[in-house]
Amino acid sequence: MSEQLPEGVQRREFDGTERLATRGEPVYGEPTDGEWRAWNPHRSKLGAMLELGMDTALSGGETVLYLGAASGTTVSHVADFAGPTYAVEFAPRPVRDLLSAAESRERLFPLLKDARKPATYAHVVESDVDVLVQDVATRGQARVALENRQFLADDGRLLLAVKARSEDVTREPETVFEDVREELSEGYEVLEARRLEEYHADHLGIVARPR
Amino acid sequence: MTDETETAKAGWFSDLDSGDLEAAEDAITEGEAKAPREWPAIAVESGYTDSRDEYYDRLHEATMTATRAEVRERERADDQQLVHAIRAMDDCSRTANELAERLAEWAGTVDPDAGTGVEYARTLARGESEDGLEEPAIRSLAERVAGLADEADELREFVERQTPAVAPNLSALAEPVLAARLISLAGGLEELAKKPSGTVQVLGAEDALFAHLRGHAPSPKHGIIYTHDAVRGTHPENRGSAARAVAGKLSIAARVDHYSGELKPELEAELTERIETIQARTTDEDVDSDGGADDE
Ligand SMILES: C[S@@+](CC[C@H](N)C(=O)[O-])C[C@H]1O[C@@H](n2cnc3c(N)ncnc32)[C@H](O)[C@@H]1O
Repeated sequence: MSEQLPEGVQRREFDGTERLATRGEPVYGEPTDGEWRAWNPHRSKLGAMLELGMDTALSGGETVLYLGAASGTTVSHVADFAGPTYAVEFAPRPVRDLLSAAESRERLFPLLKDARKPATYAHVVESDVDVLVQDVATRGQARVALENRQFLADDGRLLLAVKARSEDVTREPETVFEDVREELSEGYEVLEARRLEEYHADHLGIVARPR
Repeated sequence: MTDETETAKAGWFSDLDSGDLEAAEDAITEGEAKAPREWPAIAVESGYTDSRDEYYDRLHEATMTATRAEVRERERADDQQLVHAIRAMDDCSRTANELAERLAEWAGTVDPDAGTGVEYARTLARGESEDGLEEPAIRSLAERVAGLADEADELREFVERQTPAVAPNLSALAEPVLAARLISLAGGLEELAKKPSGTVQVLGAEDALFAHLRGHAPSPKHGIIYTHDAVRGTHPENRGSAARAVAGKLSIAARVDHYSGELKPELEAELTERIETIQARTTDEDVDSDGGADDE
């Protein structure tokens, strides 16, 4: 398997199992090995996308805007291998934990903001970020990605996790995904899309670039 | 003065002096821009910082401070969630009890051995009563009662989970449901924090208090805090003192929760000690000898 892991992400053994890992302070009780800490793909859609070999084009050190940071499980791993990382989350409770994760990560910037209102953080988040990661699990996921396209560099990448049930619990995930892709095409070209079923039921992982 | 187009193009740091963290906090929280720009480069060009690295250092400090403050501010608003939850919980249990009574009365006409109360309704709803209580209308009513009782249980769990986050000290001193009731009776955590402890002592005893004010009754010694273990567990003659001590400490706890949010375990220790002293008194002593000493 020709695997392209970003610099700063490695496969390492934890208790006899190969797992993805980054270097940094532990955040959610994950196993550690020296400076390395395991990245649990069951708790992270981006982790699952990497684990499943999707071509994220991540190489390490890039500037990242992360939407839907929650308590920082995934974004802490991102900040471990990426450069400046802006983390947007709109629910106060998880942000308490996000703040702890950001304490030891000097280039992780926590923001209590609504991803549907980019103007409320456009005075903080810089333009031309290399990567836009989105995992907001709320209705209108394609819309959120489109509205935040303005932050992304022309040759940047959108790494999107779509949760079918957040759009409509009554419809077939496949039809929900089709609609999301259709709407997304207003501003993005989808390079790769894959169900994350092994790790996350009814989720679609998408790699796209702005068009 | 900056006009509107200029503001729309300004970064969070544009109007700031380098060292002013408080202003930076406001700018992060309140500011807006029409579109992102290359803020790190602009910050260096404009002389806000000497280097990109220094810019990111300052951004980290500013976003941490701003976000921490904002989280605290927003979590305070959660006290209103508790107010609604506890009121809904009470409505659900009251309605479940009323309907259970109606149900028992009805079931009694069909089955002389019919039970009473919510538990009986649950048994009926599960279809576990042996007797031929097959009347679908009765069974259906029992299901509603069980459903309402379940809802009340879930709301109680919600309250028990959320209250410690909103009011950690108050929840430690009273149990979470009582803490939430006090917040609800006062109308919010801030309102509770602003009440004198004498008022906290009789919250929930409004009817008795009005009767007293109209001259019909003795002054009530305790309201809802009567349900606090320290009051209930004290001999009736000393309950007034216990209620006053509990109300005093709960008021302090509410103020700490509202104004700082920091957990102060010593409050609980102090209350325990005070209550032990009160309970050790022989009951024929003058119950009011401690005056208003607890009304801080
Ligand atoms: C599935 S969780 C994200 C988990 C996280 N990405 C991780 O892997 O660690 C989705 C998060 O998106 C947040 N969210 C939903 N709508 C949002 C919005 N409009 N703006 C910002 N965050 C939002 C939710 O509060 C929730 O914390």
